Amino acid sequence: MALTIDIFLLLFLIATAIGILRTRHLFAMAMMFGLYSLLVASLFLLMDAPDVAFTEAAVGTGIATVLMLATLAATRRSSEKPRQRFSPSALIITLSTTALLFYGTLDLPNFGDPQAPLHTEMAGRFIEQGQQDTGVPNLVTAVLASYRGFDTLGEVTVVFTAGVGVLLLLKRRRKPVVRGKSHAR
Amino acid sequence: MRDNLILRVIAKALIPVILLYAFYVQFHGDFSPGGGFQAGVIFSTAILLYALVFGMDKAADVLSDRVLIALASGGVLLYAGVGVASLLLGGNYLDYNVLADDPVAGQHIGIILIELGVGMTVASTMLLIFFTFARRMVIR
Repeated sequence: MALTIDIFLLLFLIATAIGILRTRHLFAMAMMFGLYSLLVASLFLLMDAPDVAFTEAAVGTGIATVLMLATLAATRRSSEKPRQRFSPSALIITLSTTALLFYGTLDLPNFGDPQAPLHTEMAGRFIEQGQQDTGVPNLVTAVLASYRGFDTLGEVTVVFTAGVGVLLLLKRRRKPVVRGKSHAR
Repeated sequence: MRDNLILRVIAKALIPVILLYAFYVQFHGDFSPGGGFQAGVIFSTAILLYALVFGMDKAADVLSDRVLIALASGGVLLYAGVGVASLLLGGNYLDYNVLADDPVAGQHIGIILIELGVGMTVASTMLLIFFTFARRMVIR
């Protein structure tokens, strides 16, 4: 049953990705990105990762779509027609990169392999000791907030920095600063 | 958008529920899926819905830029401050065990505080970014 749902979701995912590639309508593209995120969130949920699914649904489907629409409204809504010229060098680069990436995945442990280092090293300790160490039933929170608190601090700082960057670049000042002639050198 | 009665009524009914859910996700994150990041995003979605239906100006009356900037930096400061507090109490940076007499209680205090910091920063930064973009759209 889960496999059938998986296959359906993945098929829809591919269809949405192709739709995003083919449409030239930016509004439709933004909405399809939202749909894509929702499908990915459903896949995460099927993999028993509700925390990640939660984030993907809220950020990918909600905030990111609205931000993209706001950007579309703030900028001019035009799109260039892509050149339809066939380029052999681009094809070769794409194919060789794909082949390299697939070659790289050969060294990775199989999906869900209990002998993978990921499951034998730290994860076991977190699962066994997490409850006693932190007293928090949700292990994801225990890892994110306590064991990996330093990383999360970094993530929050990244979010904050993004906000500061947008403010510095886009915030309209009350009066445009004009260098007076007295300051001219 | 202002004359759209159905949107206004539905939004009015939905916004309190979304806000309540955001607080649930925030403070129940130790027990169920979720945490500061998700709660912050959900909280900002509620305000965003309000801004989209009732207009930017009314939303800015509720949460002005000044408040949002204070909240965004306050969240990071709260998070980093918990680390400094644990340093001062004789532990490592962000080691919550020393925050209370009982290590587990200390962990609880630390996790709730830093999740609150994450939620504050994420919610206000998302809103700041949206408001900044949307104002340019209005001006154009």
